[in-house]
Amino acid sequence: MNIVVCIKQVPSTETAPRPSPRPPFIDTTGLSWVINPFDEYAIEEALRIKERQGKGEVTVITLGPESAREALMGALALGADRAVHIIGETHLGIDSYATAYLLCQAIKGRPFDLILCGKEAVDDQNGAAGIQLAELLDIPHVAVITRLSVDASGKAVVHRQIEGGTEVLECPLPALFTCQKGLNEPRYPSLPGIMKAKKKPYEVVPATGLAPQEVWGPGARVSVKEVSLLPTRKVGKKLQAGAAEMVEDLVKFVREEVRII
Amino acid sequence: MELELTEEQKLLQKTLRDFAQKEILPGIIERDKQGEFPWRIIQGLARLGLMGMLIPEAYGGIGVDHLTYALAIEELARFDASIALTLSAHNSLGLSHIYKFGTEEQKGRFLPPLARGERLCAWALTEPQAGSDALAIETTAIQKGDKWILNGRKVFITQGSLAEVCVVMARTDKSRGKEGISSFIVEKGTAGFSVGKREEKLGMRCSDTAELIFEDCAIPKDNLLGRVNEGYAELLEVLEGGRIGMGAMAVGIARGCLEEALMYSKQRKQFGKPICDFQAIQWMLTDMATEIDAARMLVHKAAWLKDQGKRCPLEASQAKLFASEVAMRAAIKAVQILGGYGYMKECHVERYFRDAKLCEIGEGTSEVQRLVISRELLK
Ligand SMILES: Cc1cc2nc3c(=O)[nH]c(=O)nc-3n(C[C@H](O)[C@H](O)[C@H](O)COP(=O)(O)OP(=O)(O)OC[C@H]3O[C@@H](n4cnc5c(N)ncnc54)[C@H](O)[C@@H]3O)c2cc1C
Ligand SMILES: Cc1cc2nc3c(=O)[nH]c(=O)nc-3n(C[C@H](O)[C@H](O)[C@H](O)COP(=O)(O)OP(=O)(O)OC[C@H]3O[C@@H](n4cnc5c(N)ncnc54)[C@H](O)[C@@H]3O)c2cc1C
Repeated sequence: MNIVVCIKQVPSTETAPRPSPRPPFIDTTGLSWVINPFDEYAIEEALRIKERQGKGEVTVITLGPESAREALMGALALGADRAVHIIGETHLGIDSYATAYLLCQAIKGRPFDLILCGKEAVDDQNGAAGIQLAELLDIPHVAVITRLSVDASGKAVVHRQIEGGTEVLECPLPALFTCQKGLNEPRYPSLPGIMKAKKKPYEVVPATGLAPQEVWGPGARVSVKEVSLLPTRKVGKKLQAGAAEMVEDLVKFVREEVRII
Repeated sequence: MELELTEEQKLLQKTLRDFAQKEILPGIIERDKQGEFPWRIIQGLARLGLMGMLIPEAYGGIGVDHLTYALAIEELARFDASIALTLSAHNSLGLSHIYKFGTEEQKGRFLPPLARGERLCAWALTEPQAGSDALAIETTAIQKGDKWILNGRKVFITQGSLAEVCVVMARTDKSRGKEGISSFIVEKGTAGFSVGKREEKLGMRCSDTAELIFEDCAIPKDNLLGRVNEGYAELLEVLEGGRIGMGAMAVGIARGCLEEALMYSKQRKQFGKPICDFQAIQWMLTDMATEIDAARMLVHKAAWLKDQGKRCPLEASQAKLFASEVAMRAAIKAVQILGGYGYMKECHVERYFRDAKLCEIGEGTSEVQRLVISRELLK
């Protein structure tokens, strides 16, 4: 089975990015970068399917700047067979439609039975690129899955958690699924995996060659205008005294300072 | 010598940092208190291929160079020096000794399960009467028919009580000094070989340290490792690799000290500002950072020489000496910067402080390193 996994390189959640006034609207100095955690479930699932079936190929693909190579190398070290790097600055007028469009252009000429994405990227949290990609490729999709089984007859059964229960869905392949925490426990790249990563096929495709200007760059449908931090929470007020006095203080506080009664 | 790390090396560092944060840090303070050997973590590292780093694929290992090896040890020691010590003794002492001086038959037989991490390897030189003065070892090996008979005691042996395979140095000719020592491979379960006392230690508490006892322990004649009576020169060569490992470990501990101190000093406020605003703190941080970089360069230089197939007794000793003293100084400063908190068990630097001390003692004390270096200088 040919499996394509779409991954994105995102800032590690360990470091807190600061907003900046110009694109990419966050100050990237000193940030460390990782594979989007939800995409790690997608990679792991693809590798497990391939290992279970004993055949097939896993292709990882990303749209990102030169430095996103590190994410693809990480995926190759985990066991993916080949990488496709669409080189483009993800922050320069790229909305989720443009991302999906570029991914679609890069994927559609290749053989695939299954496409896996993370349920969202933890940086912009749009959760849209995966399902838009499925629409553009005109294949079925299910978002936010926690279990996946594929059978030889070309069907997939997936589970997704819904409010208070589990939904079990079936669809024909090829299909696209976006992966949620709980799907699996991702492995770590092994030392031999790391040493072999560089020897695997690595294709570089410039984004500019894949999409017309209406989608990409100035023609993007959605563009970011500003990014700001949440206002810092004020320190709480602690009331101390006997119960009767505390009630009195509380009422006074709510009336005079919070002014909600 | 290339100063920029390769893509693979950076990926390895990142992987180990990630592994350490998710798999090693949880429960580390309790493990240290209990002196619990972290089998589960060692097995996890074995799955990643870290128990056969220096051994070629043909013998079940991965076969990376010493520089990559040093980076891996540093990264692990940054979080848990006990684990780094376990791996260092296994990889750069035990396995390297068998790989470098073993026969084809010995390598094929012993290395694969060790390199895959299914078994641990110990390396036993030190004895009650022979620490710095390795030539004073009294353990004897006498050939009888198709057997070697070992008698004696080894102390302070890393993973002594856990290892399935031990490389043991013994005297094979009492009348000669340097030319009367040989090495042997002894398997756990051999009659006459037992484990004595398991040590309670100041630091490196999650690494196993034990006494080994040999009482008329008969091993097959084929378990002689290297050439008879040439063991001393061979073990000195093995120690070069070991000292690179120990140096890298010291750099890792020192880096842990610096990273914790940096983080704390930015958050901790006294006299109305973060303590990192005080020059007294800044200078401590500066010295730590500068010394750590210098120590790492020495370690990498020795590793690089080894990777060129060159001997590096001087450089390995310089790296080990300098890095271990840097680690100790960094630990003292880190505890100081964290103030009262640094003295408490909840803070990692308290553990680093205890772990760091071993680096100035194991695989040759600082005094012995100075002895080795001065001998090389005055040759
Ligand atoms: C945690 C731990 C793990 C260890 N693991 C192993 C292992 O796996 N395998 C193994 O074989 N050994 C191991 N050792 C032993 C270690 O190598 C020895 O402890 C070390 O070599 C020092 O020997 P010693 O303890 O007998 O000290 P001694 O040699 O008695 O030294 C005592 C003091 O005298 C100083 N001194 C000695 N001679 C001189 C001199 N000529 N000039 C100046 N000063 C001198 C020393 O520097 C030291 O300060 C381990 C030790 C520890 C603590
Ligand atoms: C075992 C133990 C027993 C103790 N017993 C008692 C006790 O019985 N009673 C009690 O009251 N306290 C006690 N203490 C607390 C002790 O007095 C404090 O830990 C100590 O005063 C340091 O304060 P701190 O830990 O908050 O460190 P901090 O004040 O936060 O200092 C952190 C670091 O910043 C440095 N620093 C701070 N200000 C400056 C500055 N202006 N310029 C330069 N450097 C600066 C410090 O020197 C230190 O290196 C005890 C502590 C310990 C560890």
